[in-house]
Amino acid sequence: MALINYASREINSKIVYYGPGLGGKTTNIKYIYSKLNPEIKGKLISLATELDRTLFFDFLPVDLGTIKGFKTRFHLYTVPGQVFYNASRKLILKGADGIVFVADSQIERFDENIESFQNMEDNLKAYNIVLEKIPIVLQYNKRDLPNITSVEELQKVLNPQNKYPYFEAVAVQGIGVFETLKEICKRVLLTLS
Amino acid sequence: MPNYIYNIPMQEGVNIFEEDFWAITEALNRLLQGTNARTILLIDKAGQLITSAGDTSSIDVSSFATLSAADFAATSQLASLIGEKEFSTLFHQGERENLYVCLIADRVILAVIFDQRTTLGLVRVKAKNTANELEKIFEDIFAKLGKEKPQQKPFDIDFTKAAEDELDKLFGF
Repeated sequence: MALINYASREINSKIVYYGPGLGGKTTNIKYIYSKLNPEIKGKLISLATELDRTLFFDFLPVDLGTIKGFKTRFHLYTVPGQVFYNASRKLILKGADGIVFVADSQIERFDENIESFQNMEDNLKAYNIVLEKIPIVLQYNKRDLPNITSVEELQKVLNPQNKYPYFEAVAVQGIGVFETLKEICKRVLLTLS
Repeated sequence: MPNYIYNIPMQEGVNIFEEDFWAITEALNRLLQGTNARTILLIDKAGQLITSAGDTSSIDVSSFATLSAADFAATSQLASLIGEKEFSTLFHQGERENLYVCLIADRVILAVIFDQRTTLGLVRVKAKNTANELEKIFEDIFAKLGKEKPQQKPFDIDFTKAAEDELDKLFGF
């Protein structure tokens, strides 16, 4: 649940980008950072290795402005996707109000998407959160590549009951990035009313 | 307007009532004056700033809160790897500025930023007193929450509609 300060009239929500390694989570955040006006975005923090792989997390605060007298702000985080960084992933998930699951559409990454989604479910369980209780938006990324799984196949394994909205994306070109962000923000704010 | 003024995003959603919030703020201000520290931040374990005392004008407070929480979380994991439940305090020493961090009631992080106008010893002693004081306040809050069910839906549908319009304006490109 978002942090609401009735004294300073602020609402802060935490949105976490989750998914397998090299799937495009950081690319999403970097694209958002590059396109937003300076007055509504904070500093982009990346705790990454020398090879630009996320080591701990990326963090970007985004101000939505004042809504009904409340200054509304989203904190965007990415988790490190690589399997062996699970301890870090779990820590970042703490207190999340919404999750964007960035799936890698490439055929050879098919199983990693399933594993990562399962891992997300397990990590949420550790915080006593079931998937039904938290807004989730799926993003099928890298749709421009030639060797990709069909959306139907991805839906079958990640979203069999069509519970989550999904977007096709090419994050590196910005396609689908803001559509995904807008949807998760809406769903998070909806949980407040 | 509900009579609590804070909602901490811990698993169940913790609400801080107004009188408790002012008691917390007073305790932080006393610590600030008693130590001559530059800035004091109270942060929840998920990285959100709860409140602050002192000069925050030259600090990116959001980033600071996020990184402090991450620092503490990583250190807690290190503690558990060597069989400790928690490293309850952290100290980072810089050339001019220093940072002292401690955990309160197992849920909230107190970060004190200070320079040569004071000493680590004084900060440590005074912060410990403040931590005890805040711990009592938080225990009271948790006890109260056991009796009074927190209001989980503080905003009406008008709020959501206004927020959606704002999102369309901001991200509609």
